[in-house]
Amino acid sequence: MPLFAIAVVAAGTYAFRLVGPLSRDRVHLPERAHRLLGIAAAVLLIALVGVGTFTEGHDFAGWSRPAGVLVAGVLAIRRAPFPVVVVAAIGTTALLRLAGAS
Amino acid sequence: MRSSYRTLDRGTVRDILLVCVADAVVGASFGAIAVTGGLDPWVPIVMSVLVFAGGAQFAAVGVVLAGGSPVAAVLAALVLNARLLPFGFAVADVLDDRRRRWTRLAGAHLITDETVAFALRHTDPARRRAVFRLCGIALFVTWNLAVAGGAVAGTGLGDPTALGLDAAFPAVLLALVLPALRDRATRTAALLGATIALAATPYLPPGVPVLLALLGLTPYLRPPRPTWPDQPGGSA
Repeated sequence: MPLFAIAVVAAGTYAFRLVGPLSRDRVHLPERAHRLLGIAAAVLLIALVGVGTFTEGHDFAGWSRPAGVLVAGVLAIRRAPFPVVVVAAIGTTALLRLAGAS
Repeated sequence: MRSSYRTLDRGTVRDILLVCVADAVVGASFGAIAVTGGLDPWVPIVMSVLVFAGGAQFAAVGVVLAGGSPVAAVLAALVLNARLLPFGFAVADVLDDRRRRWTRLAGAHLITDETVAFALRHTDPARRRAVFRLCGIALFVTWNLAVAGGAVAGTGLGDPTALGLDAAFPAVLLALVLPALRDRATRTAALLGATIALAATPYLPPGVPVLLALLGLTPYLRPPRPTWPDQPGGSA
């Protein structure tokens, strides 16, 4: 991977990050738009959760990982401590794979 | 703003540390995968410092290791990172520091899935800022150290999927975003968006389905009722 390619990815990524913070001086967004941007961020993050949970590349990731994330979700809704949530997800997925699940 | 860190409770600090540990494991595996695949150790290390976005780094290195061209690798990474554009707008208030403009330029580099998710959990401006900065700086340090460690250790590290560690990233994000889903509009839009993203995943390049999830917002994009009191002609 040439250094130039890394530099292009880095520059493009930084540009994506910088547009929002810099435009704050020039564009004053109404309260409604602020609320919508907060919702948009949550929508993107949940989509990342969904895609990261169920898929690997273009294919289904198997049931072990969704089972682990489901356990994490239930524990999080029941307000279990964050470390418990994460360890339960990893543990559930690992145990299911040990038991032979995909 | 040094005092702002005192506004963070111990639970939040502990959560940030845990996310750092989880990301360190992912970072180490990234370094190891890149070097094991035949790339020089400086490639994953330099990339992690300059790009600082795990998903895009895996995608770019994955394309190159699979024999793809650098152009394809760059495109794959940039499509994945396009979500950082709306994220930048969502946390722009956190980075707004008129007295020290360089903090905004540096802070923008810390916009990641994790830092945005932590910022979303708080509404108080000082707390949002403190949690974003602490999470961003801690993640930047641990991520890059872990990638360097993985690149040096190389093949010595095992396969993270065998240990169930691949469940950690979605579980961490889900736990962080759950409080935001108590709001009904957010919940509806997120469920619709995630469904669209999942349905599109088999057919579209990685990164695009997540962007399509923004279509989940369409029910809320209707123009507001014309009741602006400060608008000429508006009925107050």
